[in-house]
Amino acid sequence: MARLARLDLTEDELERFTGQLGAVLEHAADIAALDIADVPPTAHPLPLVNVLRDDAPVASLDREEVLAQAPAAEDGRFKVPRILGEAP
Amino acid sequence: MTLAETARAVRAGERSAREIVDEHLALIADRDGALHAFNHVMTDDARAAADEVDRRVAAGDDPGSLAGVGVALKDNMCTRGVPTTCSSRILEHWHPPYDATILSRLAAAGAVMVGKTNLDEFAMGSSTENSAFGPTCNPHDPTRVPGGSSGGSAAAVAAGFVPAAFGSDTGGSIRQPAALCGVVGVKPTYGRVSRYGLVAFASSLDQIGPFAASVEDAALLFEVVAGHDPLDSTSVPEPAPSVVDGLGDGVEGLRVGLTKEFVEGADADVVARVEEAARALEKAGAIVSEASVPAAVYGLSAYYLIAPAEASSNLARYDGVRYGLRVDGDDITDMYTATRAAGFGAEVKRRIMLGTYALSAGYYDAYYGQAQRVRTLIIRDFEAAYADHDLLLGATSPTTAFEIGAKTENPLTMYLSDVFTIPSNLAGHPAISVPYGTGDDGLPVGVQVLAPALAEPLMFRAAAALERSLS
Repeated sequence: MARLARLDLTEDELERFTGQLGAVLEHAADIAALDIADVPPTAHPLPLVNVLRDDAPVASLDREEVLAQAPAAEDGRFKVPRILGEAP
Repeated sequence: MTLAETARAVRAGERSAREIVDEHLALIADRDGALHAFNHVMTDDARAAADEVDRRVAAGDDPGSLAGVGVALKDNMCTRGVPTTCSSRILEHWHPPYDATILSRLAAAGAVMVGKTNLDEFAMGSSTENSAFGPTCNPHDPTRVPGGSSGGSAAAVAAGFVPAAFGSDTGGSIRQPAALCGVVGVKPTYGRVSRYGLVAFASSLDQIGPFAASVEDAALLFEVVAGHDPLDSTSVPEPAPSVVDGLGDGVEGLRVGLTKEFVEGADADVVARVEEAARALEKAGAIVSEASVPAAVYGLSAYYLIAPAEASSNLARYDGVRYGLRVDGDDITDMYTATRAAGFGAEVKRRIMLGTYALSAGYYDAYYGQAQRVRTLIIRDFEAAYADHDLLLGATSPTTAFEIGAKTENPLTMYLSDVFTIPSNLAGHPAISVPYGTGDDGLPVGVQVLAPALAEPLMFRAAAALERSLS
């Protein structure tokens, strides 16, 4: 689960969280036991769908200001470490 | 002095905004070292904004209905060029490239931003102890928590540093600290106040709202910031309602439901204050009877699946690429995992793990799907209760402010602090916490007035009547 969430947890954290999250899931057993398969789910409290703005150009964020906040940038772009393995 | 009186004096040139903000800054410099309500005090920006208000008054312009009013913002609201940390190491040095709509609206009304307040990291918590920069203390007793997650905003108003502050409420994060600090706290209807520029935690629940010393002040703040914003696609497409004008209308004939599920399990002294509040409303002409929202008892379980699920998705953006902390790694996946391990605190990691689990193949329907169905049950039960009642009444928090450190080892006991506030978030309804006396320990107790979606005018009216009953 930690790998899926891209979290590098220590042994100590894993042990502590396992107990703590177990208690939360145990509490959630009260709703897991409810027989409500026929009740529709609510994902969102407002009856809004597909809210679109007019397709007109508006000013975007200042590129220099945005890139100044990046941990690494080069040639007007974000810079990241190697994504693919070494070429064979 | 009310906010309206302050603004009137500034607009009339009787008081200068600069003098007012300097008073706030002096108080903060003197006393916030002990309380830690603020992560960042905007000393220079605040003085410049105040000077601008004074210049406009001198030039014959009207700066607006909050002229010269000092405001604190929870540090999860974007302020261009000013640190916005969410009390997290991962955003410790981030300066957003844009302003939140809430800030633009407050500034347009002549308010002066004084600083950014402490919170539980990414608004996940009920005590402000989950801040990476240390806890905030309760101004009524510095050994106690101010509540959370908007504990810094509640404490800043309770300590008198500023007369107004804003927080965000995902499961009670405005109302519960308001109750514990003895101030008024409002969670508006979902979508009523723009969230453009609010750092997202659980997007189907988050809502911004005000803190103030009185219902009237909170109502004025609400009027200024509420209303449709094209920059927030979840914003209710309606103009802000007028709430200040009706504050004196009273509760004659209003049907108020004292709601079983919002008092059961509270400490006896808290229950006693809620019952006194019910009698006070009755004396003022309301028709008070018992009410019930049966499915509300499942709110806590549903919330602690839905909110972490949404958070696990929202917080995926903190990956060390575009902004915030980066810890280098051999390849990009190493960089992601190392960055997030170093940047997030324990509670945030717990919730990301819980949410990832609740959304994972094989468990999705049993946890997340089931929680969403429970959400429907809660909405239905609220609708049934509102068929017989105009408003509902209950406690805000089951206890008064607890001691710092008392609940940090057992997250579940901490989560129970929000048991009375969570159902409003799940339903998207508005609710307000009004200070109503003290507990046996002498610490403030908050009473909660709940209303149907978009019924803020009625909610503020009843809250004002409650407040009057104390004087």
